[in-house]
Amino acid sequence: MVAHAETVQTQRHPLLAFAARWLFTTNHKEIGSLYLWLSFLLFFVAGLMAMFMRLELFEPGIQFVDPLYYNQILTLHGLVMVFGAVMPAFVGLANWLIPMMIGAPDMALPRMNNFSFWILPFAFTLLLSSLFMEGGAPNFGWTFYAPLSTTYGPPSTDFFILGVHLMGISSIMGAINIIVTIVNLRAPGMTYMKMPLFVWTWLITAFLLIMVMPVLAGVVTMMLTDRHFGTSFFQAAGGGDPVLFQHIFWFFGHPEVYIMILPGFGIASQIIPTFSRKKLFGYHSMVYATASIALLSFVVWGHHMFTTGMPLIAELFVMYATMLIAVPTGVKVFNWVATMWRGSLTFETPMLFAIGFVMMFTIGGFSGLMLALVPADFQYHDTYFVVAHFHYVLYPGAIFGTMAAVYYWLPKWCGHMYDERLGKIHFWTATAAVNLTFFPMHFTGLAGMPRRIPDYSLQFADFNMVSSIGAWLLGLTQVLFLYIVIKTIRGGVKATDQVWEGAEGLEWTLPSPAPRHTFETPPVIAQGNEQ
Amino acid sequence: MHKETNSETSRYATPLISAGSRTLSQRERKKHTFLLFALAAGMFGFAFALVPLYDVFCEITGLNGKTSAQAALLDEIDKSALPLNREVTIEFLARVARGMPWEFRPVEGELVVRPGEMNTTTFYVRNRSQKTVTGQAVPSVSPGQAAQYLKKIECFCFEQQELSAGGEMEMGVSFFIDVDLPADINELTLSYTMFLVGDIGHEQTASHHE
Repeated sequence: MVAHAETVQTQRHPLLAFAARWLFTTNHKEIGSLYLWLSFLLFFVAGLMAMFMRLELFEPGIQFVDPLYYNQILTLHGLVMVFGAVMPAFVGLANWLIPMMIGAPDMALPRMNNFSFWILPFAFTLLLSSLFMEGGAPNFGWTFYAPLSTTYGPPSTDFFILGVHLMGISSIMGAINIIVTIVNLRAPGMTYMKMPLFVWTWLITAFLLIMVMPVLAGVVTMMLTDRHFGTSFFQAAGGGDPVLFQHIFWFFGHPEVYIMILPGFGIASQIIPTFSRKKLFGYHSMVYATASIALLSFVVWGHHMFTTGMPLIAELFVMYATMLIAVPTGVKVFNWVATMWRGSLTFETPMLFAIGFVMMFTIGGFSGLMLALVPADFQYHDTYFVVAHFHYVLYPGAIFGTMAAVYYWLPKWCGHMYDERLGKIHFWTATAAVNLTFFPMHFTGLAGMPRRIPDYSLQFADFNMVSSIGAWLLGLTQVLFLYIVIKTIRGGVKATDQVWEGAEGLEWTLPSPAPRHTFETPPVIAQGNEQ
Repeated sequence: MHKETNSETSRYATPLISAGSRTLSQRERKKHTFLLFALAAGMFGFAFALVPLYDVFCEITGLNGKTSAQAALLDEIDKSALPLNREVTIEFLARVARGMPWEFRPVEGELVVRPGEMNTTTFYVRNRSQKTVTGQAVPSVSPGQAAQYLKKIECFCFEQQELSAGGEMEMGVSFFIDVDLPADINELTLSYTMFLVGDIGHEQTASHHE
């Protein structure tokens, strides 16, 4: 009977078989690849919007983009980068790597895994289709403050709300899957304190996701009922309060920014020891630091709202709590540097991206400390200084982290080495471009240039021109990255099983490329000897 | 159909992990999945719980400029604690929300008052439309920390107002400022926003037809 069914299978039209394979797959590696490709695609879509914004900002005045349209691409750039590029890329890496790192045959809930991925294309179709609707796409910024998004939002806001609901469902299911996998499917002998740090950071990130994505779903639901069902959660007329929106949004929003960086911390903690040929310095403190960052992220949302008229005592509490986060973050940076200290360092592309991550993420962290200061924040608030800050933590942070991971594990995934020379060109041009783009924004912000506006006064012209040139160069370097990835998948020098001389961990004991099913019988991990 | 499903399973399903502890680990997995979904559902509920929590928090602390919706009693004044020479300026603002066809303004722009003493001021309102309109005023005090020290004994904002076409009236507010008002606050602003309640009158339109 089974044999008969198999013949039916092979007689399918090849295109249909191809579609069925990817639509119905429950394999963690295939789903991981789907996530990574989708996030790569959306990275280019949202990046293209940034290119248009920088085109408009190249010179003062309104030249190319209508201000109303500018607001729309600005909003979608933020939303698509956060929910479409950074988050799915990390989930894709988790899918590929966590089972291989803990010696599991697959994710614990493979069908739900399939479902959480396939929701996403629909979510982003809903969101992006709003660009072509009458009245335009959402135009209120990625933070969608009420009443801009409730009373004054365009009709397409409802598509945005539905899209956010779908993304939320997808992330929550993905996070549940990751936790259940890590808790239940570790190979015998793999204690929690023997787990690679990438697994640890993702375990903590997954808890953050489960705690805050439902709150985001709640706030967009309130928006929906305010818009259409006569409630007044955020409308003063009916006894509501628009500032309540900001509280609920940032209760989600601040842990969300750590969701976008903690897996990056995990990646750096895998790569730096490999190319330093030393064990990671301070494994335990890394775990505790990550957990404390995650816990603190729940009590600091007020630092996004200093200028809303918060009482002084609340401002002080939030300021000190925010500055406290610098302590565990400092521990992590110290540990990465200490890992490199007196190591036998080599600088292959993944290592370059990891070091770039540590350096430039730290710059973004420091400008974050400046923004945390209540008296100073009133000047920085809503200026380009904020834009510079969060792009420094997200681009050389989250995105360089993802690129480091791709260079590091791509040989394991596809069995070929990438072109080292092209990889180095990619790193150095991207690093130059990222600083050219975002560093001048510190200066324009401190001088008072407001964010989210398509025009500016003449004194900001030079710095904006530099930013625009940097941004276009940055866009080009990512086309080079796409080329490198495709070239590596199609061919190249055969990778060894261990790939990197100093690499340690279960995934490097598998053949390269990793076969479709791995660890069907769990590996045995040596007793004792915790990290 | 059944065969098809079978083959799908064999091609795409995950091989189950080590046979020995299979049933046990299956049950554990189900339990964990259930607990985590429950946590997610709980957090969704928490988002909605934040709404009343926020109101309660504002009411207790008087933050956010929300004054009490309940009338205060004059007995609350502690005469013995009256500071003799303290004077506080209170400014009045009035505005109408979008879609509200009323003229609304304070009769006096500001008053200089002494904490602990009763004061009365009036607001003028006129319906500029051709229809009967009901309105509700929502108060706000700035700085927000002062809200809990502004006690209203009588206020038009405690109830809704109805004005027929072209109708006008003056509405009174009786209040006192608590003697415990922090020493660093010497000026405060009481502002009202007048919101439209329901739709702009239908009855009036009907009577027009007669």
